[in-house]
Amino acid sequence: MSVAHNSVVAHQFDDVEQQHQTYSFGMWIFLVTEIMFFGGLFAAYTVYRWSFPEAFAAGSEHLDIVLATINTAALLTSSFTMALAVRAIQLGKRKQMVGFLLTTIGFAIVFLVLKGIEYSQKFQAHLVPGQDFVWTGAGNPRHVEMFFGLYFTMTALHGLHVLIGILVISIIAFLGWKKKFSPDYYAPVEMTGLYWHLVDIIWVFLFPLLYLINRHG
Amino acid sequence: MLGTSSLDLPQRLKEKENYLNVAYGLKSWLLTTDHKRIGILYLISISFFFTVGGFYASLIRLEMLTPAGDLMTSEVYNRVFTMHGITMIFFFLIPSLPATLGNFLLPMMLGARDLAFPRLNLASWYVYIVGALIALGAAMAGGVDTGWTFYAPYSTSYANGFVALMGIGIFLSGFSSIFTGLNFIATIHKMRAPGLTWFRLPLFVWAHYATSIIMILGTPVVAITILLVAVERIFGIGIFDPELGGDPVLFQHLFWFYSHPAVYIMILPGMGVISEVITTFSRKRIFGYHFVAFSSLAIAVVGFLVWGHHMFVSGQSPYAGIIFSFLTYLVAIPSAIKVFNWTATIYKGNITFSTPMIYALAFIGLFLVGGLTGLFLGAIATDVHLTDTYFVVSHFHYVMVGGMVMAFLAGLHHWWPKITGRMYSEKWGVAAALITFFGFNFTFFPQFIVGFLGMPRRYHAYPDEFQFWQVSSTLGATLLLVGFLMPFFYLMWSLWKGEKAPDNPWNATGLEWKTSSPPPVFNFDETPVVTEPPYNYPDPEVTAAESA
Repeated sequence: MSVAHNSVVAHQFDDVEQQHQTYSFGMWIFLVTEIMFFGGLFAAYTVYRWSFPEAFAAGSEHLDIVLATINTAALLTSSFTMALAVRAIQLGKRKQMVGFLLTTIGFAIVFLVLKGIEYSQKFQAHLVPGQDFVWTGAGNPRHVEMFFGLYFTMTALHGLHVLIGILVISIIAFLGWKKKFSPDYYAPVEMTGLYWHLVDIIWVFLFPLLYLINRHG
Repeated sequence: MLGTSSLDLPQRLKEKENYLNVAYGLKSWLLTTDHKRIGILYLISISFFFTVGGFYASLIRLEMLTPAGDLMTSEVYNRVFTMHGITMIFFFLIPSLPATLGNFLLPMMLGARDLAFPRLNLASWYVYIVGALIALGAAMAGGVDTGWTFYAPYSTSYANGFVALMGIGIFLSGFSSIFTGLNFIATIHKMRAPGLTWFRLPLFVWAHYATSIIMILGTPVVAITILLVAVERIFGIGIFDPELGGDPVLFQHLFWFYSHPAVYIMILPGMGVISEVITTFSRKRIFGYHFVAFSSLAIAVVGFLVWGHHMFVSGQSPYAGIIFSFLTYLVAIPSAIKVFNWTATIYKGNITFSTPMIYALAFIGLFLVGGLTGLFLGAIATDVHLTDTYFVVSHFHYVMVGGMVMAFLAGLHHWWPKITGRMYSEKWGVAAALITFFGFNFTFFPQFIVGFLGMPRRYHAYPDEFQFWQVSSTLGATLLLVGFLMPFFYLMWSLWKGEKAPDNPWNATGLEWKTSSPPPVFNFDETPVVTEPPYNYPDPEVTAAESA
C-alpha cells in the first residue's frame, strides 16, 4: 500500500482512503450548491407557471418535442456510459475507461448540436424574447414571452453545464490515457461522474417542465 | 542576498522554522496553498475593503451633519450609501472572520495539516480579489445607486449606474464564499485528529460549521438571482419587471432567501470567537457546551425560514407575514441561549480584563441591544412604523459592527500572538477597545432615537429637528474612527518591536495553543491526539479551596 500511493496522496491527508472519502464528500457538497443554484430558477418557473398556465401551455406547444426526446435519450445514455467508465477504472481496465469517456463526450456533443438546431429554429420563428418576438397564438404574448425567457435561461444555463462537462471529461480522458488513474486512485473520475449525473438529472426535470406541459390530450 | 545570509545564519538557526520564515518573496505568498498564509492574504484584502467602506461611511456622516443636502446631491448620496453597503457586506463582513481567522485556525483546532482542499482555498482568494476589483472598478466608473439590496424593477430597468458590472463582481465573490464553506465542511467531517470527537470540538469550529452550511445553501440562490437581474438588464428577458409580466416581489423573496441567512454568516463566526475568548479569560469551562453548539446549528436552520420579515410592507400576504413574524421570534431563542450561557460562564470566573476580553464583553452588550431591537422589527405592528427608518439602520449596525466587528477585533487580538509570534501592547489595546465601544454607542444609539421619531433612512436632507441626533452620531463616528485606526498602528508596530510571543500566552486550552507561535508549516510537529473534553480549565471553586 505504501510506496506506490504516496505519490498520489496530498500532504494534508494521512492515506489514500481518507483522501478518496474527502474528495467524494466535497463533490457531494458541491452538487448541493448546484441544486440550490438551479433551485432559484425552478422557483421562478413555478411562480410564473402558476400565474400564467395558459400562456405556458401555449408556448410549450411550440417547442420541438422530437429533438428534445432524442436529446433526453442521448443524455440518459451518456450517464450510463459515464457510470461504465467509473466501473472500468475500478476494475483496472484503463483503455476501456477512456473508450467509455469518449462515448460520453460523443453523446454530449450530439445533445449540444441538437440544442443548437432548436435554438436556431426559435430565432427563425421569432420566438426569442426581445424586439423581434412575435406571437399570434393563444395566451397573452407578454406571458408567452416570459415562458420563452425562462426556456432560454434554463436551457442555456444547463447547456453551459454540458459544455463544462465536455471539457472536464476530456481532461479526465486525457489523464486516463496518460495512465494517471488506477483502481487505487480514481477519485477524479468518480467526481466527474457525479457531476455528469447531476447535469443529466437537471435535464430530466427540465424536459417535462418545458416540453410536456400540455401533451396529455 | 548571499552576502548578508552568512551574517544572519547563527540567528536564523536559532529560530525554529515556521510558516512565515520558510520562504520569502511575493511568489511564495501569491502561489501558497498554506491555509495560514491564505488567511493572511484575506486579512490584508478585507482590511483594505474595510477602509474603502469606512471612507464611504465618513462621507455619509459628513453629509448628515447639516439638515440641508449641501455636501452632495441626492444622486451622489444614493451612490455613496449603496457603495458603503455593498463594500462592507460583500467584501468585508461576509469573508471577515471565516476567511481570515477561520482559515487560519480551523485546521489547527482540528489537529490537521491543512484544509481538505488547499488549492480550492487559494482559488477562493483569487475569485474574491477578481470580484472585489470588478466591484471597485464599477464604483470608480460611477457606482450604483440601487442600495445594496438591488430591488427590482428599479435595478433591472431604471437605475443608470453600473448594475450589471457590480452584479458580476458580487456574483464572483459569492463563489469565494461557497468555496470556503465547502472546504470547511469537508475538513470538519473528514480531517479531525485522532480522539477529536464532535463534542470535543471547540465552539469556534461549531460556529464555522453552521456558517458553512449557510454559505453553501444560501449563496447559490443569490448567485442565480443576480444572474437573473443581469439577464433582464442585458437581454431584456422580463423576469422581475412587471411591465413584462414579471413580479418584483419574487426578486425580494429570492434576494432575502440568501441575504437574511447571510446576516448569520456575518454573526455566527463572531459568536464562535466569543465562546473561545470568554472561556479563556474567565478560566472556566463554557456553561452548557451542547446548548451553545446546537444553538449555532439551530440559527443556521431556522435562519433560513425568516426572510419574509424584510417584506412585511412589500405586499406579501398578511398570513405569510404572521408566520414569518413567529419564526423570527423563534430564531431569537438560540441567540439568547448563547448570551445567557456566556454570562453564566463569566459568573464566578477568574476574569482577566485583557483586550480580547473587553471586546468580547462589548460584543455581548451590543449584540444584546442589536438582537432585542430586532424583535421590535420582527413584530409586524411596530415594523410598519419603523420600516426604512434610522431605527433599522441602527439595529443592524448594532449586530454587524457592535457584534461582528467587535468579535473580529476580539479574535484578531486573541490569536495575534499565535499568527505573528509577537505580543501587542496591552495598554494600547485596552484603550482602543474602550474608545471603540464608546464611539460605537455615540454613533448608533442616537440613530435609534431619530429613527423612532420617524426619520427615514437613505435621504441626504432632513428636517431641522433631527439635527441634534445626527450631529451626535457624526461626533461618535469620529471617535469610532480613532478606535479603528489605533489597532492598525499598534498591531503593525508589534510586528517589528513587539515582544516574542510564547506558545500559549493566555494559558488557553485548544490544539492551536499546543503548537509553536508562529506555527510550523504543517501546524504540528506530530499529529496531536486528543484525550480531553473541550475547555478543560480547572474548576474555579476547587482551585479557590486549594489555595485557601
